[in-house]
Amino acid sequence: MSLELIGITKRFGELVANDAIDLKVGDGEILAILGENGAGKSTLMNIVYGLLRPDSGEIKVDGKVVAITEPNDALASGIGMVHQHFMLIPVFTVLENIILGHEETSQFGKLNLTQAREKLLSLAANFGFEIDPDAIIEDLPVGVQQRVEILKALMYDAKVLILDEPTAVLTPQETDELIEVIKRLRTQGTSIIFISHKLREVKALADRITVIRRGKVVATADPSASQEELASLMVGRPVNLVPDKTSHEIGEKVLEVSGLTVSDPTGRALVSNISFDVRAGEILAVAGVQGNGQSELAQALLNLEDHVNGSIKLGTQEVVGLSVRHTLDAGIAYIPESRELDGLISSFSIADNLILDTHREKPYSRGILISDSAVESDAEVKVKEFDIRALSISDPASSLSGGNKQKVVLARELSRPLKLLVACQPTRGLDVGSIEFVHERILAERDAGRAVLLFSTELDEVLALADRIAVMYAGKILEIVDAQVTREKLGLLMAGISQ
Amino acid sequence: MKSTLAKLSLKTLTATQRRQTRLLIVLFILSLVELKAFGVSNHAHAKTTFGFTLGREWVIIEKWMIDSRTGCFIFSSLAVLGSLVGLARVRVKKGPGLGIGLASFSLMMGFLCWAAAGKFIPITGMLQGSLLLAVPLVFGSMSGLLCERSGVINIAIEGQLLAGAFASGVVASLTHKTTWGLLVAPLAGALISTLLATFAIKFSVDQVILGFVLNVLVIGLTNFLYKKLLIPYQSTWNSGPSFSHIEIPIIGKIPIIGPIFFNQTVIVYLMYIIVATITFSLFRTKWGLRTRAIGEHPSAADSVGIDVNKLRFRNVVIAGLVSGLGGAYFTVGSVGTFGKEMTAGAGFIALAALIFGKWTPMGALSAALLFGFADDLQGTLSIIGVSIPSEFMLMVPYIATIIAVSGLVGRVRAPKADGIHYSRGESH
Amino acid sequence: MKKFLDRVLGTALLPALSFVMAFFISGFVIALSDSKVLKLIHSPGKFITTALSTVGNAYLALFQGSIYDPNLARGKGFLQGLYPLSETIVTATPLILTGLAVALAFQSGLFNIGAQGQFIFGAISASYVGFHFIMNPILHVFLGLLAGVVAAALWAGFVGLLKARTGAHEVIVTIMMNYIAGFFILWILKTTAFLRPHRIDPIAPEVNISARLPHLAGANFRLHAGILISLLAAYFVWWLLNRTTIGFRFRAVGANAAAAKTAGISVGAVTISTMALCGALAGLGGAVHVLGSEYALTADIAGSFGFDAITVALLGRAKPLGTVFAALLFGALRTGGRTMQSNTTTPLDIVLVIQALIVLFIAAPALVRFVFRIKNLKTQDAMTSKGWNG
Repeated sequence: MSLELIGITKRFGELVANDAIDLKVGDGEILAILGENGAGKSTLMNIVYGLLRPDSGEIKVDGKVVAITEPNDALASGIGMVHQHFMLIPVFTVLENIILGHEETSQFGKLNLTQAREKLLSLAANFGFEIDPDAIIEDLPVGVQQRVEILKALMYDAKVLILDEPTAVLTPQETDELIEVIKRLRTQGTSIIFISHKLREVKALADRITVIRRGKVVATADPSASQEELASLMVGRPVNLVPDKTSHEIGEKVLEVSGLTVSDPTGRALVSNISFDVRAGEILAVAGVQGNGQSELAQALLNLEDHVNGSIKLGTQEVVGLSVRHTLDAGIAYIPESRELDGLISSFSIADNLILDTHREKPYSRGILISDSAVESDAEVKVKEFDIRALSISDPASSLSGGNKQKVVLARELSRPLKLLVACQPTRGLDVGSIEFVHERILAERDAGRAVLLFSTELDEVLALADRIAVMYAGKILEIVDAQVTREKLGLLMAGISQ
Repeated sequence: MKSTLAKLSLKTLTATQRRQTRLLIVLFILSLVELKAFGVSNHAHAKTTFGFTLGREWVIIEKWMIDSRTGCFIFSSLAVLGSLVGLARVRVKKGPGLGIGLASFSLMMGFLCWAAAGKFIPITGMLQGSLLLAVPLVFGSMSGLLCERSGVINIAIEGQLLAGAFASGVVASLTHKTTWGLLVAPLAGALISTLLATFAIKFSVDQVILGFVLNVLVIGLTNFLYKKLLIPYQSTWNSGPSFSHIEIPIIGKIPIIGPIFFNQTVIVYLMYIIVATITFSLFRTKWGLRTRAIGEHPSAADSVGIDVNKLRFRNVVIAGLVSGLGGAYFTVGSVGTFGKEMTAGAGFIALAALIFGKWTPMGALSAALLFGFADDLQGTLSIIGVSIPSEFMLMVPYIATIIAVSGLVGRVRAPKADGIHYSRGESH
Repeated sequence: MKKFLDRVLGTALLPALSFVMAFFISGFVIALSDSKVLKLIHSPGKFITTALSTVGNAYLALFQGSIYDPNLARGKGFLQGLYPLSETIVTATPLILTGLAVALAFQSGLFNIGAQGQFIFGAISASYVGFHFIMNPILHVFLGLLAGVVAAALWAGFVGLLKARTGAHEVIVTIMMNYIAGFFILWILKTTAFLRPHRIDPIAPEVNISARLPHLAGANFRLHAGILISLLAAYFVWWLLNRTTIGFRFRAVGANAAAAKTAGISVGAVTISTMALCGALAGLGGAVHVLGSEYALTADIAGSFGFDAITVALLGRAKPLGTVFAALLFGALRTGGRTMQSNTTTPLDIVLVIQALIVLFIAAPALVRFVFRIKNLKTQDAMTSKGWNG
């Protein structure tokens, strides 16, 4: 089946998210859509899947114009989608998730699961997947959940399968397996649209590559193009994929974690018995597939977790048990995983966001009174220093772009006297320009003699910035390796295999 | 002692076992207190009489008399035993078995032996009364369940009940037919629900605020019309008939169970049908699967072609039908006439029952029955003149709910998307 | 200046239009439930004129009962004509305080439905201090108010503590605690400590003269110093929220608790202190009500001050000044409603309908925009609670 988009345009207010986009995927073809974060890829795919309506343009399936206004229309036209954030109901079983929306019923509307169960099992066997139809989704590893998503699309005869950033949550080995699955789907005649900003995968997989920048199709490239060419097409200028990193004197221990365990309220260990240290002037990257305890470890360092055992020493000071405020005061800067949820108060002004942590201190307040003039003049300085693009410091943080939001967080966190920087997924969802800025800042902190603990699921980022790499799997640090480690070795560690 | 016991055992147990342990320890302490206070140090030698018969059963069970102190002693000892057995079973990683049940039942019986010393306690009548008091709570909590399982918070249960009561009372009075009252009540509830759904889903108004305001609106309207029409023109507007009890043949005559469950008005029988239907439908049908899906993860449901807001709208309206019908209990289901603000907070206790029952039909039903029992016990005790102020008995459902939401009897988790407006494109 | 006017107009337009719509719809309710009007259904002309005059009379009585009544002024002067206005202020006085108790909670992201219970505890404590002791008037008034504030702050602080420690949702807990407080006052009025000598009905002794708030406009008017306390409290809340670090933290937690926590603000401390402060405000309302105008504690002392507080805070958009205006408006409706009920055939309860409709429309600006065909009606950040899991 072929799918063709003609002149798709979508505006959100002033912003043109998709600007007259044309593209085509043929029968049994793998088309990669390459673009950096915010280029408009997801908007485009949501239009194809009927979750958004275009302002203009049309969609053709097998040469015939189809009206897709609802996911139902897309499904009926043979278009299936595996979303970046899985569309699975965590408390349902695999089978319940698969049949949702396509239920077969017997008398009194009673669910009839027998046929669906058989079809699911035979489909899974066809791909060599092992699936327990009665397992609850939230108990399954992310990789398996993704297979459920793929099976869900295939169960209802998707002839065009859209995969939106499917490798973001996978280990390199799982990514390889996914690539195999996709290739097998192609041989069976399924057309694939593979959305990614990862050059390596796109090259390994695609028959054709369409590059999107700022809502426009800027080029169609061949997979044989070099990574540098693709990157400059994607960003619109030559980019240096590897930041300049000078070798550097490493100082004494700043952070020493020993025997750290973090549990959830029911007593299950999310981080178990971890020990490591980070020295001054060093970046220790914590790599691993998302959900292996990295978030909990980072939060525990800030005392944002409730059930923590073990010791965290900053210099000579024991941190465990301090309030968050005193932990920050001890000299830790923290860039949280989600700037929208944890980093900023979007309805507050930029100026107020810059003093969230220091509003109790002089000159921002005297006694319990806040000094507006001090807050404002301080904000003006930081906006300049960190190149935050905003009309006014009294604008709400919600008016900023993703990159500028992250700069506000950086400006706030790096303006205190520091010993340690804890940065969690600091470049997630940012455009390349902002990524470069954030990387430079992190390296600057390291070069200024601070200890840096970088949590990242992006292997490229880890390899580019780290001095040493700790790999987490199932709540444990499997191994701490040198930055010169091979990708393959890292991949195996991320999958929980250590020699 | 409580804390050392807790420390000894809590560390190695799972969350559920810890919760059960805590509950059993509380029961154990209460049993000991009861044993000491009523069973040992109690020197009143009156007899407590329990009645089991309302008069029309096949087998008339003789009333049962026991010396108050002896009764307290026996039952509180049983309660001690029950809680210890339960504790022991939890310690060896088995379920508490009948421990909790035996302990609670015996504790209650021991209390009654003490409270009604020298008096008569009509057990069957009390349970029948409990069921009746629970009827509006059950309807209300089922309404809440339908809404909240689909992701819409329903604080307006009170308003729906009141609207149902008002409409059925007035229509039954105007037509002189209970049936018409019964038919109109659900429509009145659905009307309130339609407002709730329209404002919540279409205008994305905060659902807690909305429910609150709708209650004020219904209270205001019914009070207004009550004063303006129902009082001055009582004979036409507010003198409706009410349903009489229908005894179901055969099973209605089973001792104890018969009069409690099978000699009731048609509204109570409708309640059985509705609870059973909802329980079956929610977990066994296509509608139920979809309803639970939109309450947990609406964008996932949307992505497989389910119209989230349409289904939510429909479920909220159905919920209004259910609680409106429950409102009919107050008028055609019991006294016939409408009284100002006659639901008197039943909608909020229904909400409490829903939460106490952890958003499940059976849980909500049990909680509603428990609250009904507490209410009836309070009435019974004040009639036989027990020295516990009735106000404190009346507080029981509310205190129980606070304990429930505080997680002391286990973490209560609402449907994940409950109360959150859904529109496409909003990040989830 | 023009900018300021624009802002006032911008923020007042939606409430004003909601107000108009609410009165319009309530007018239909009044007319269509009137037996005189209903009898004329077959002669359209008379039907409409009678309907209009019924509604007109009701609303006129509402105005005369709440602002200015020329009948009262006749022979006694303009000032006496303002007696209804003074009554409006008396009613609004506790309503401002309970309204602030809800509004402040909204600012910290909490939905305080418990003003009713908090008010009750404030009233009970103030009443006890008021009738049990005799002392220097200034000290006595102060202690009476303080007792109300402290008792209610503890009562509400418990809700904050539960939420901070266990995550128990404050909406559910405060609803339940209102009922508990309601039963508690029924009980305590039966105890010997509170029973008035020689009376068996549940009413406490009147507070002693030394504990009463001074009148502001002579003995003919019930207007008392409580209104000054209420306005001072509104200013205090504004100052706290906008000028202090404490208020900064309150607002931060209200806007995004996760981000506030990450930046080192203790969400639990904010939750507990907000609830305690809200309790203090509502308790002060109860104390002022008892010491200023009622003097004797009854089971119904709280009336609907605690519940109206929610509509007041919603109408006032959870801002202190807005809350003051909203409380005055609803105070006027309540007061005027009583006159309307006695002078016309229209029951007081229509006021509840009006109140509910106003708040409903304000919460749904899209609807108002549609009805009046206004494109860019200014709406401020909607107040939202966060569902049961939030």
